[in-house]
Amino acid sequence: MTVLAVAEHRRGDLRDVSFELVSAGRELAGELETDLAVAVIGGDVEGFADELNREGVDTVYTIAEGEEFNHGVYTQSIEQLYADVDPTALLLPNSVNGLDYAPAVAGSLDLPLVTDVIALGGGDSIEVTREQYGGKVETTYSIDADRYALTIRPAEWPAAGAAGDATIEAFEVDVDEASLGSTVNGFEEVGGGDVDITDADVLVSVGRGIEEEENIPLVEELADVLGATLSSSRPIVDNGWLPQNRQVGQSGKVVTPDVYIAVGISGAVQHVAGMKGADTIVAINSDPNAPIYDIADYGIADDLFEVVPELIAEFGGEAPDV
Amino acid sequence: MKVLVTVKEVAEVDDEFGISGLDVDESALEYDLNEWDDYAVEEAVQISEAGDDVEVVTVTVGPERAEETVRMALAKGADRAVRVWDDALEGVQFLDPNSKADLIAAVAEEESPDLILSGVQAGDDANGATGVALAERLGFEWAAVVNDLDLDAEAGVASVHRELEGGIEELTDVDLPAVLTIQTGINEPRYASLRGIRQAQRKPLDVNSLEDVGLDEGIVESAVERTSMYEPESESDAVVWDGSADEAAGELAALLRDKGVVEG
Ligand SMILES: Cc1cc2nc3c(=O)[nH]c(=O)nc-3n(C[C@H](O)[C@H](O)[C@H](O)COP(=O)(O)OP(=O)(O)OC[C@H]3O[C@@H](n4cnc5c(N)ncnc54)[C@H](O)[C@@H]3O)c2cc1C
Ligand SMILES: Nc1ncnc2c1ncn2[C@@H]1O[C@H](COP(=O)(O)O)[C@@H](O)[C@H]1O
Repeated sequence: MTVLAVAEHRRGDLRDVSFELVSAGRELAGELETDLAVAVIGGDVEGFADELNREGVDTVYTIAEGEEFNHGVYTQSIEQLYADVDPTALLLPNSVNGLDYAPAVAGSLDLPLVTDVIALGGGDSIEVTREQYGGKVETTYSIDADRYALTIRPAEWPAAGAAGDATIEAFEVDVDEASLGSTVNGFEEVGGGDVDITDADVLVSVGRGIEEEENIPLVEELADVLGATLSSSRPIVDNGWLPQNRQVGQSGKVVTPDVYIAVGISGAVQHVAGMKGADTIVAINSDPNAPIYDIADYGIADDLFEVVPELIAEFGGEAPDV
Repeated sequence: MKVLVTVKEVAEVDDEFGISGLDVDESALEYDLNEWDDYAVEEAVQISEAGDDVEVVTVTVGPERAEETVRMALAKGADRAVRVWDDALEGVQFLDPNSKADLIAAVAEEESPDLILSGVQAGDDANGATGVALAERLGFEWAAVVNDLDLDAEAGVASVHRELEGGIEELTDVDLPAVLTIQTGINEPRYASLRGIRQAQRKPLDVNSLEDVGLDEGIVESAVERTSMYEPESESDAVVWDGSADEAAGELAALLRDKGVVEG
């Protein structure tokens, strides 16, 4: 019995979720009264192993294969390590790369898989919590199996802190290069341009609640009277109503303004990942159950087409006709 | 060349809703084509418009109700559709991604497509797992979270961008046949035209039972079982102003002045 977590790194650095996996893994290993092992695959594995040697980790396995993530290398490496370690639980990150290999690994090892887990519970069979319907409800699932795989939502567990005294063990794998059907050729950074929303003290951020491109001038005017910068959730950028450099969230920018005013934004986890660090969060959303209210400090649960013109008027502006 | 698109009808929850047992009350659910799959359908239709002799087939695991959504995909340009459903699936609380992948794989094996496009995630369940699980079943290559696709069918390679976190994209060549999970924003999904909607009525939509696709009822058995559903306790101590819009706006304006966002 072991809990085996797999770390994630990119372009030379371990990602935060790796240390959160250590915490989640420690919690699960506690429930199961077993050991925690962490594996790191590719890149500077020795350097990474030192960093991953945190309190509660019993073993760090280093697998020196490749530099950057390649799902074929990861899948083969994890399968071979799995056969050796025989863990009860395989704990993987619910990151973009995690989603690129976790279902494949679970499939080939014939493990039940639950993704995007936000809480773990013990009992006779393991119970996990996840969200559904855009975060409006939570569900629990029991897993009736001796072996299973879970992916862990980033930023739900604290990063493991103190240094540990793990055994660091190099694990040799045999990767069948000929069977690798994907070749990673490099990276590209997107979202540059003239406006840097990460610099703004005040952001007015617009979401799908605005309904039409023709209505964007309404929030533009609000940003104007407040001397704020306009940002947005993803669908606004997907629709081409605002450029990519305005997008807040997991795949956009992480912003930490003094004040963040979310207008017609539901507060999906990938959006919140980009703005939860704002000092004061204000939500204008007609649905009082919208998840954005879980992290908002202030809110107006009303129609934005009523509220925003009133706000503009409060500051002496004139709402455009939309 | 054949492109298979996995299409799910997803449920959206109204602002007001109740929960009975293990799911949201049916009366509070509205159904629609999954947002991510809408982009996948568009990508497939664009591939068929750009090439000669490309067939676009959709596959859906869902009850009869889902045909409205399937017809929508046909109206947008898919050539035909396959829907899998069975009495054995009726009343199954939760079809885990492994079971769904098995079901879709059975259809894919029959169809032998060169390319399968699925969505990154289903808006309701948000497993984010079915596409890659499907690739594993089929022995296909795959790429998750694709927001740019350049297909070279002759060379048998899909050059994709995978959208990673933090505004970074990974540039990857994927050997065909492959499953790509499509991210929103990759294209501009079209609206179905009236003509398209009319034509869709005449396009083939095959309905298959488990037996038809060569599976038995054991497929619905899963080690993963839903045990509860509830509205999360809000941990927030947000001050939510009610009253009329102008009163609430007045309160917010005062706050913003107080915070020094706006002078005076
Ligand atoms: C891999 C991945 C990465 C992603 N990255 C990002 C990202 O970087 N950034 C991001 O934002 N999203 C991202 N998403 C998408 C995310 O999951 C959500 O789909 C998205 O954030 C929803 O945007 P929204 O809140 O504007 O729209 P919706 O979720 O549709 O919410 C609209 C809100 O407006 C409210 N509303 C409607 N009408 C009115 C009205 N008249 N007045 C007031 N309120 C109204 C509704 O109550 C609703 O809450 C990502 C998803 C995936 C899978
Ligand atoms: N019942 C279904 N029928 C057809 N395709 C599905 C079904 N469920 C999931 N999919 C596909 O798999 C993708 C990811 O779904 P999920 O893994 O459930 O988040 C969706 O975008 C669909 O393309």
